[in-house]
Amino acid sequence: MELFIAIFTGTIIAATPLIFAALGELVVEKSGVLNLGIEGMMLMGAALAFWAVTAGYSMPVAILAGALAGAAASLLFGVLALTFLTNQYAAGLALAIFGSGVSAFLGRGFGSEPIEALHGVRIPVLSDLPVLGPLIFRFDPLVYLALLMFVAISWFLYRTKAGLILRTIGESPQTSHAIGYPVIRIRYMAVLFGGLMAGLAGAYLSVAYTPLWVENMTAGKGWIALALVVFATWQPLRVLLGAWLFGGMTILQLQGQALGLQVPSELLSALPYLATIVVLVLISRNRQMLALHFPASLAKPFRPAS
Amino acid sequence: MRIAAPVLACVLTLIVGSLFFASLGHDPLPTLYAFFIEPLSSMNGLSEWLLKASPLILIACGLAIGFRANVWNIGAEGQFTMGAIAASGVGLFWPNPESALLLPLMFLAGMAAGMAWAAIPAFLRSRMNTNEILVTLMMTYIATLFLSYLVHGPWRDPAGFNYPQTALLPAAAMFQSFDPAYRLNSSIFITVVAVLLMWLFTDRSFLGYKMSVSGAAPLAARYAGFRESAAVWIGLLAGGAAAGIAGMAEAAGPLGQLSPQISPGYGFAAIIVAFIGRLNAFGIVLGGLLMSLLFLGGEGVQMTLALPSALTRIFQGILLFFLLAADFFIFYRIRLVRPVKDAPALETAR
Repeated sequence: MELFIAIFTGTIIAATPLIFAALGELVVEKSGVLNLGIEGMMLMGAALAFWAVTAGYSMPVAILAGALAGAAASLLFGVLALTFLTNQYAAGLALAIFGSGVSAFLGRGFGSEPIEALHGVRIPVLSDLPVLGPLIFRFDPLVYLALLMFVAISWFLYRTKAGLILRTIGESPQTSHAIGYPVIRIRYMAVLFGGLMAGLAGAYLSVAYTPLWVENMTAGKGWIALALVVFATWQPLRVLLGAWLFGGMTILQLQGQALGLQVPSELLSALPYLATIVVLVLISRNRQMLALHFPASLAKPFRPAS
Repeated sequence: MRIAAPVLACVLTLIVGSLFFASLGHDPLPTLYAFFIEPLSSMNGLSEWLLKASPLILIACGLAIGFRANVWNIGAEGQFTMGAIAASGVGLFWPNPESALLLPLMFLAGMAAGMAWAAIPAFLRSRMNTNEILVTLMMTYIATLFLSYLVHGPWRDPAGFNYPQTALLPAAAMFQSFDPAYRLNSSIFITVVAVLLMWLFTDRSFLGYKMSVSGAAPLAARYAGFRESAAVWIGLLAGGAAAGIAGMAEAAGPLGQLSPQISPGYGFAAIIVAFIGRLNAFGIVLGGLLMSLLFLGGEGVQMTLALPSALTRIFQGILLFFLLAADFFIFYRIRLVRPVKDAPALETAR
């Protein structure tokens, strides 16, 4: 039972940064924009949030700082991709490199001391339930926020008019422009939202998941989040399931290392990356399934025809 | 104008760099001097400059062939690593460590390993429709972990005081330095040949033309009967071969042995080099020289001014940002339009 609880809660926690980052990217991609710079935005968020904690700010302020750092970074991408109509692949890569550089630069003074991690919640009665308590009601607040964001984004995308407009823009910006929707402005908002979420994901890593600063601590999670969006065939529920799947993989790998499995630790560490490839292959083989929810204008620069 | 954009981007990067240094409390001019001029003011500096530019140019040439066809190999870092591993494996374990064949064999091993590592995403993209960006990147993480496994485990030098590194490569497995005092070695000729080959391929061959059409106008390419999968394979294999060779040259040159950290990010920086060079062979040479200077400058100010070497990555990012933005002014004409006020309401057709 102990082990089961450890694996279950570990999975949920490991999935949380992926949920934030991938859901944010989902919204961005649904608007027809491909931001490859998640890794950079996450690192900026992680660095800023960690800095805020060491500078003595409260946890909520630190997390907000991380989210805003991600949004600020995404604005750089937005200006390039939306205003300057650059190749979105290149702009995203530039952001990934830039973010890793800036975060490493900021992080040089952080030292290697861990900080006090974000606490789990304490709900009277519920948190003290025998099995369910530790299983469901003792996570830190961001875990619940991630789930809340899932509900909110699913509702927004498929149950509101604004969400419909966003998806329309992702399918055909020319049509949306002709109808009179502000394509560029809405795409900017989507990109900023994606940055905010990536920043949150980074903040979660540095103040809750592993509460210490290590250069390039995201270790590819931003790229895995990108893969998750493809894996999810651009559907929120599948993003959530995919994130849990990857979270579970991470935890099993860590448990395996802890149990001293007779395999090299590097092989276990490589599992999430291998799994990403395998999963991508399985999903991408089915072109129809991909095409069904794929935003038709993804990564194509939009210039209003005049 | 095609040349103006990179120049403009460099100037803007310098300006932002100066402001950045100033904000850190360093006098911008001496700092820029330390970053960009000082490294080139000695023979050793010049040698290091070319030494670092060589892998960047080599990899960028290979990558650009793919980028021209919209094949996004961003895992050159992993292909570089695999090339270095395979070449070092041959160098360390070949039965006759004094064989004159050693270096050529290592060259082939490095190239083959880089190509093999790139063949996986090529196969997955052409057969399974799998996004090559994500696969090449994931393969980079796997290659890094594989290297870490080798140097911590089976390939660790038993006489190496438990450091995670392999034994030194035998002398016959190393490129000759031009001058024992400096590290620049004859592997730079490989890069020169690669640049020429790249130019021939892109500018003088039908296949290269087909690749460019695939990138610029995929529908036209399909209509003309150019196979997309051929572009994918050639694009990825070219990048993999170049990166693998670069990894081999790094192992058989400045490194001389494997350790967990063998690349300061050449594989990623080469992507930027390819873009600065406009995916063009001779542009890439200039881009590589510039990028190499950024690496050198980053190391320089780290030592002299105690500024972190992460500055290099920041400069790389800023440079690419400006370059992409500058393109806008080349490809588009700016027209100021006033928003129409009180436009007559459109009558909807019924």
